[in-house]
Amino acid sequence: MSMILDKVDYKYSPGTAYEKHALREVSLKIEDGQFIGVIGHTGSGKSTLIQHLNGLMKATSGAIYYNGEDIYDKDYDLRKLRQKVGLVFQYPEHQLFETTIFKDVCFGPKNKGLSQKDAELKAFEALRAVGLPENLWYQSPFELSGGQKRRVAIAGVLAMKPEMLILDEPTAGLDPKGRDEILDQVAKMHREWKMTVILVSHSMEDVANYVERLIVMNRGKVMLDGTPREVFAHYKELEEVGLSAPQVTYLMHELRRKGLSVDVNATTLEEAKDSILKTFGAK
Amino acid sequence: MNFIEARKLVHEYIRRDEEGNVESIQTALDHVDIDVKPGEFVAVLGHNGSGKSTFAKHLNVLLVPTEGTLWVDGKDVTEEENLWDIRKNAGMVFQNPDNQIIASVVEEDVGFGPENIGIPTEEILKRVDKSLKSVGMLEYREHSPNKLSGGQKQRVAIAGVMAMEPKCIVLDEPTAMLDPNGRKEVLDAVERLNQEKGVTIILITHYMEEVVRADRVYVMDQGKVVMEGTPREVFSQVDTLKKYRLDVPQITLLAHELRQAGMAVPKGILTRQELVEALCQ
Amino acid sequence: MLRDITIGQYYPADSVIHKLDPRTKLFATLLFVISLFTFRNPVGLGLAAVFMASFIWLSKVPFGYMVKGLRAIVVILIITALFNLFLTPGEPLVKFWIFSISQEGFISAGKMAMRLIFLIIGTSVVTLTTTPNALTDGLEKALRPLNAIKIPVHEIAMMMSIALRFIPILVEETDKIMKAQIARGADFESGNLIKKAKNMVPLLVPLFISAFRRANDLALAMEARCYHGGSGRTKMKPLRYQKRDGIAYMIVIVYFGVMIAVGIWL
Repeated sequence: MSMILDKVDYKYSPGTAYEKHALREVSLKIEDGQFIGVIGHTGSGKSTLIQHLNGLMKATSGAIYYNGEDIYDKDYDLRKLRQKVGLVFQYPEHQLFETTIFKDVCFGPKNKGLSQKDAELKAFEALRAVGLPENLWYQSPFELSGGQKRRVAIAGVLAMKPEMLILDEPTAGLDPKGRDEILDQVAKMHREWKMTVILVSHSMEDVANYVERLIVMNRGKVMLDGTPREVFAHYKELEEVGLSAPQVTYLMHELRRKGLSVDVNATTLEEAKDSILKTFGAK
Repeated sequence: MNFIEARKLVHEYIRRDEEGNVESIQTALDHVDIDVKPGEFVAVLGHNGSGKSTFAKHLNVLLVPTEGTLWVDGKDVTEEENLWDIRKNAGMVFQNPDNQIIASVVEEDVGFGPENIGIPTEEILKRVDKSLKSVGMLEYREHSPNKLSGGQKQRVAIAGVMAMEPKCIVLDEPTAMLDPNGRKEVLDAVERLNQEKGVTIILITHYMEEVVRADRVYVMDQGKVVMEGTPREVFSQVDTLKKYRLDVPQITLLAHELRQAGMAVPKGILTRQELVEALCQ
Repeated sequence: MLRDITIGQYYPADSVIHKLDPRTKLFATLLFVISLFTFRNPVGLGLAAVFMASFIWLSKVPFGYMVKGLRAIVVILIITALFNLFLTPGEPLVKFWIFSISQEGFISAGKMAMRLIFLIIGTSVVTLTTTPNALTDGLEKALRPLNAIKIPVHEIAMMMSIALRFIPILVEETDKIMKAQIARGADFESGNLIKKAKNMVPLLVPLFISAFRRANDLALAMEARCYHGGSGRTKMKPLRYQKRDGIAYMIVIVYFGVMIAVGIWL
C-alpha cells in the first residue's frame, strides 16, 4: 500500500507563449504511514505536486499509482481517490459555507454517499480529533477565531476518513499558539489514526520538529529527499536555492568551526541542547 | 516631544441587537500607555486578539478611542479637523497585500495617495519615482500588481504610503501572509526607510524574529501593555513571554535552556553570533 | 478556461494607439461599433476590416492574442449564426426534415458572425491598449457633464476601476475554492439544472464572503490613504489631448462618413 509517482511531468498552458514547466519528471514513492514534509520556495512546484496526488491536476506525462492502481486509467474513479487522499488547501477556512460548524464538517462524508447518521458520526469524530470544544459545534463557523476556523476546515477533510492527509501550509497567518495547536493535532492524528501525512511548509523549524522524511522541491524537481538530518546537512545547497536550515543547525556548524566537537547535524532545539551539554560536560 | 502619545487609551467594541440594546461589550484596549519618539522603530507584539491591531487602527484614526487620549504628531485624534493631517502623517500598511492595492498598474497605485491629498501632477510623478526607488521596486513601475510576488506587493503598498511623505509608517502584520523570502524583503525595506529616511516605524507583529531589529518593544495581552523594553530586555524574560503565548526565537530559547541547565550563558541572547561568542569564551 | 478571457486585459506595448487619449479611443470605438451596423454589402465589410486591421497593426498587440478573446464568445457566436441560418425566410437552398437553409439565411448568418467578431476584436483593441485606470479616467472625464444631473460620475468610475482590478483576483479565488470543494467530494458537473444550482452553494457562499471581506479591507486601506471622494483630488496622469488625438478624430470621422455613404449609395 503506497503511492508511486513515475516521471510525473506537468506543464501549464503547453504549446503557448505562457508555457511553464511546473514539474519535471518527478519520481517518488510515498510509503503508508509516513510523516513527510515538503519544502521549497514559492514557485518551486510543491503546490502543483500535491494537487497531483489526489487527481485535481493531471500530469502532462508520467504515471501515478495508488495502492497498485493507475489513477489515470479510464476506469479509475478519481472521486474515490479524493476520498482516500484528503487535501487541505492553504487558508482552508475560506471554503467554509454552511450555517453551522457541524453541518459544514458533514459536507465531505455526505458527498461520499454516507447516510445522514454515518456522516454525522464521522463529523463528530473529526471535530473531536481537531480538539474543537463541543459547545461551539452548532454555531456559525464565521464567528470563530482564525485558528479555530482553520481547525474546522481541517475537520471537514478529516471527516472523509482519508488514508493520506496533505496539508498545504496549514499554519500560514496563525500566531504561535494557533500554529502549535494545529501541528500538535496533526502529529497526534498521524500517530493515532495511522494516517500518512504530507505537510507543506515554509518553516524549517516546524518540519524539523515533526516530520520523519523531508522532500525539497526546486524548479519542479525533487532536489533532496531524506530524513531532516540528512537534508539539512546540505544547508549550503539549500541556501543557494533560497531556502535555509533551522537556526540551530547553523549554530552547530559555527561552534564546530570554533573547534567544539558538537553534533553538526542537530536540527531541533532538543538535539542541539543535548549535544552542547554533552560537549561541555565532557570538557 | 513624542510622535505618538497614548494615555489610558480604552477601546470597546459594543455589539447591539436589532433593537439597539447592548448585547455584549468587548474591551479590546484596556488603559494602554504607549509612547513613540520621532525616528524610533517600535514593535508591538502580541498574539491574535491581544488588541495590537485595534491599537494600530487608532493611529490612523480608522478607529477612535472610547476613553483616554491619543496624540499623533501633537494632534488630538478626537478632533475632527485633524483627521486628514494625521492620516497623511501616519501612513498605514495592512496584512493582506492584495486587498490594499487599488490600481491595476504599480505606479498608478503609488500615485493614489498623493492624488487624494491634492498634490500637483509634476510633484506626484517625482514622489512616485522616489518612493518606488526607496523600496527597490522602480523597475516594476509599469507592471500589473497581479503578477508580483507577495513581498513585492507589500513593498508597493509601502511605496504607496511613502509617496504621501508621512513622518511615520504603521505596519499591521505586514508579513503574516508572506513566505520567508517575502518577509525578509519587506523587513529590509522597512529598516532602510527607518535608518536612511528617518521615518518613524511602528511594526505590529507576532513574529518574534522580526522585532530583534526594533529599538523598543511593547508586548500586549488582553488589551493591556504587559511588557516594555529593548528587544534584549524583553527576550531575557523567556518564561514571561511564553505565558503570553508568544514564541521566542529558537536561538534565544536554546540559550535560555542552556542557562537553566547550569551553563554560564548571559540572559537575553538575540543572535547566533552572540551565542557562539558566549559559548566559546 | 476563465483565464483565457482577454477582454478587459491590458497588453503593455509602446505604440501610437497606446499613447492616444482614452477619450479618443472611446469615441472611435463608439463610431466603429455603429458603423458595423450600417454596412449591407461586402464593400462596407471590407472597409471595416481594413480600418480595424490597420489599428491592430498600429497597436503592436499580437493578432493571435486578440483572437484568443473570441474563444469566450464562441457559443454566443454559434447560436446567433444558427438562428440567422435557419430562421431567415427566403428561397431554400438545402432542406432536411423541418429545417431549411435559404441563401438569405446564409448571408445573414455570415454578416451577423462577422459583425460580432469585429465588435469583439474592435473593442478589445481599446481595452488591450488602455490601462483600466486610463479607461475609467477617460469615461469619467467624457461623462463629466452628467454630474450636472446628479449622476456621481467619479464614484462610478472609481467602482469600475476597482472592479477591473479585482476581477482576476476573484477568478483565481473561484478556481481555488472550487478545487477545495472538489477535494471534499463536491460535484459541480452532474445532475439536472436545479441540482447543479444547488451544488453551487458551497462555491458561491465562500466567494461572496471573501468578496465582502476584500471590499471591507480595501475600504479601510483607501480611507487610510486619505481617499475622500472626487473633490480636491489631483491626477497623476491628467488627460490632455495631443496633436495625434486630433488626427485620430479626423481619421475616424472620415471613416464613419465613408461607411455611411457606402451604406446608402452602394
